[in-house]
Amino acid sequence: MASDKISVIVVSESRERLQMAAMVASVGAVSGHRVSVFLSMNALSYFVAGYSPYDIPVEGEFGKLLASKNAPEFMDLFEQAVDLGDAQVFPCSMAMDMLGLKQADMVRYLEEPLGLTRFLDDATGGQVWTF
Amino acid sequence: MSEKKVIDARGTFCPGPLMELIAGIKQSEVGEELEVLSSDEGSAKDIPEWVNKVGHDLVDNFESDGVWHVVVRKAK
Repeated sequence: MASDKISVIVVSESRERLQMAAMVASVGAVSGHRVSVFLSMNALSYFVAGYSPYDIPVEGEFGKLLASKNAPEFMDLFEQAVDLGDAQVFPCSMAMDMLGLKQADMVRYLEEPLGLTRFLDDATGGQVWTF
Repeated sequence: MSEKKVIDARGTFCPGPLMELIAGIKQSEVGEELEVLSSDEGSAKDIPEWVNKVGHDLVDNFESDGVWHVVVRKAK
């Protein structure tokens, strides 16, 4: 029996991984899955309100393609996962502390910071994807 | 019967057309039809999968001059 729960751990700063994570989160969230996204490490800074990176790192040619073609922006896809589907996006409490960030500093659709213990507990029995 | 809503998602890539359709469905009444125009063949395959999964009706799905037309009726 397949679980309806998808947990997505996002730690990368690369365009390809962020794009794939956002695709899994958004399509999963609008397709009957309960999606929980956990943002940590190098991924977290993208979700600071008003942050507009000049150049998002790519891992290879496909990342350059994503930047040049009209692919949906990964930030928009995460937002749509919340607004159109059943998704919650949590900043990692450890990463928030290390970066000196508060919830008020983050984009509006992020939930309160969450610890890894709780996230892993909630992920039990479902699909877990790491990017 | 209201007119069919057209969602012009040409030029964007998966899952853009699907997400635009879902946003349109949320603003529609049950029974309304929405036609997605997509230049992305992957979306023309993926949208019917989503429609089937969530329980709406796929009315039509065809390609014309490089544009896919996916017609969906909101069923619930």
